Amino acid sequence: MSFPWAKEYTPTTAFGQWMDEKLPIGRLVYNSLGAGYPTPRNLNYMWNFGSLAGIFLVVQIVTGIILAMHYAANADIAFDSVEHIMRDVNGGWMFRYAHANGASFFFIAIYMHIARGLYYGSYKAPREMLWLLGVVIYLLAMATAFMGYVLPWGQMSFWGAKVITGLFEAIPLVGKPIQELLLGGFAPDNAALNRFFSLHYLLPFVMAGVIILHIWALHIPGSNNPTGVNVKGKQDTVPFHPFYTAKDGWALGLFLIFFCLMMFFLPNALGHADNYIPANPLSTPAHIVPEWYFWPWYAILRAFTFDFLFIPAKLLGVLAMFSAILVWFFLPWLDTSPVRSGTYRPKMRIAFWILIVATIILFICGGAPAEEPYVMLSQVAGAYYFAYFLIILPLLSRIEKPLPLPNSITEAVTGKPLEKAS
Amino acid sequence: MVRFFGILVGLFFSGWLLVSFVLGAKEFITNPPEKAVYYDYHLDPKDVSFASDGPLGKFDRQQLQRGFQVYKEVCAACHSLRLVAFRNLAELGYNEDEVKAIAANWVIETPDVDPNTGEMSTRPSLPADKFPMPFANDVAAAAANNNAIPPDLSLITKARTGGAPYLYSLLTGYEEPPTDLPEAAKPGPGLHYNPYFANLNLAMAQPIVADDQVSYSDGTSATIDQMSKDVTAFLVWTAEPKLEERNQTGWAVIAFLIIATILAFMSYQSIWADVKVEKKKKA
Repeated sequence: MSFPWAKEYTPTTAFGQWMDEKLPIGRLVYNSLGAGYPTPRNLNYMWNFGSLAGIFLVVQIVTGIILAMHYAANADIAFDSVEHIMRDVNGGWMFRYAHANGASFFFIAIYMHIARGLYYGSYKAPREMLWLLGVVIYLLAMATAFMGYVLPWGQMSFWGAKVITGLFEAIPLVGKPIQELLLGGFAPDNAALNRFFSLHYLLPFVMAGVIILHIWALHIPGSNNPTGVNVKGKQDTVPFHPFYTAKDGWALGLFLIFFCLMMFFLPNALGHADNYIPANPLSTPAHIVPEWYFWPWYAILRAFTFDFLFIPAKLLGVLAMFSAILVWFFLPWLDTSPVRSGTYRPKMRIAFWILIVATIILFICGGAPAEEPYVMLSQVAGAYYFAYFLIILPLLSRIEKPLPLPNSITEAVTGKPLEKAS
Repeated sequence: MVRFFGILVGLFFSGWLLVSFVLGAKEFITNPPEKAVYYDYHLDPKDVSFASDGPLGKFDRQQLQRGFQVYKEVCAACHSLRLVAFRNLAELGYNEDEVKAIAANWVIETPDVDPNTGEMSTRPSLPADKFPMPFANDVAAAAANNNAIPPDLSLITKARTGGAPYLYSLLTGYEEPPTDLPEAAKPGPGLHYNPYFANLNLAMAQPIVADDQVSYSDGTSATIDQMSKDVTAFLVWTAEPKLEERNQTGWAVIAFLIIATILAFMSYQSIWADVKVEKKKKA
């Protein structure tokens, strides 16, 4: 695709022309991330998080490959090999802290990216496939991060692996065999550690592949924008390069400053003290909690405290936890409002901000011990979470009266109609 | 169809969560959960600061040497330091000969194989050796310590919530159990009352018991408080030996990033200048 006014790639050197005939990779980059990609001119800073997430995946892959050169995936020496990296490998502490905190910053970027999609209706036609691929990337990121946290083989690694794989046990009949297949045994041990390491190395490259599809799917309709109105003319767009490369560039600098403040001055603040204790199958930590980016889902898991007829509470919790993310796959068909942007949907906008508050409550409850009032709070917030996607959005689309939309992006930005704008 | 099933699923999950909430709230009101007995007696770590705190933190080498002396004379009898090597002590300001002497004179020798007979034996430590373990194995450690295995101290200030202040509070926090302490929270045989410990009762007896338990050679007065602070500072170093390097690198990286970000922001401003002018005309 592209808009008819997109700039045409013209190789300037003889080598460039030669390459363009044989393998037009320069043309591909030019049309995807260069001047050949016309982008809406009104993107706000919420649109920076996609490229930030992509860059942090690269940070994770580069630091991870270096760590893998020194790490030993063996239950007897994994913990000590991480400490060897921290103490004896030149700059090893820097790579490990960058990798550990980089995971958190990757998730910060991806959560902002998802929240932006939810508010501005980026999941709606014609961008359904773009959204579905995004959900796949998120699921892969969750699996990768979970397995990565197991690798240092500390107490929280071991018990986290035990609790999360234990979830599959709740599935009737096939649950136990699935759990044993995941772990390669009856409890987390060397077999589990080895396969987690293997998959932790593999999945980021699978993610990179799906990200290429995600960007491909983006370039068919082009980027959404804060008004949600389609691009109608050349004046509605600016070339991606230099306009958005410059904007992404300076936002990247800002994001890296926050990242480096964490990684150099508070490197363990996002981790858990128990993971500096070597894994011990005979000693259960007082509170087993996953990493912060899983807290909302962990709260939903633990919010189900009562059996429903013949379905045990634990199975309900597991089903709800997976459903909480799988529901995103159906979102493009649950929300039928033709208006994309929350800016022009007065009722949806309120419901959206309550969803953000509910998710923050779930986040806090997921990190807290399974005591009152946290369980009750997560029940109310969890009820709203499901209601937003499955009940409120489908019904709201029918009853809501949207605000008048601007005729074009140019009109929304300059106040002048598209044709007459200079 | 998607929406029809979606609403059914939504009603089920949301509805059951709300039913659970009502049932849970009823239970909470009629039968409120009891607080654990130790809840009212447990204390948060004391407010204490170390030279290594914060982004400008540096180690006080004199203090680390004093702390090492406390470790050597008090803690090392039971607690291992298995991730630290004698050669690392050079970072505390000891010279090569001093490190060699510390290693060679360490009370416990390093396990080895006799080069002539192949029998298991021990030999004096070398700077390249890690600190030898005080017990042959966990069973021996538990047997000698009332069934509690003394934890390795290499990472202790990072492996406990509360970090260095927690460790310092624990070392200085031993006291007689309060008279109103419920029976269930009273220290059992071989346990010692300490309000900074999670369940108030700790297998380790007070290790630093009297002033001048260790004689400092640098003239510092060896009070219980001072010795506790010094050994804590030493254990901050063993847990994070690259702390100074990390802080210094951090400042350099952030200074670079600030300059790079300002330049990137200025180029963003100049690239967008024409588009922005058009936008301003709106006002």
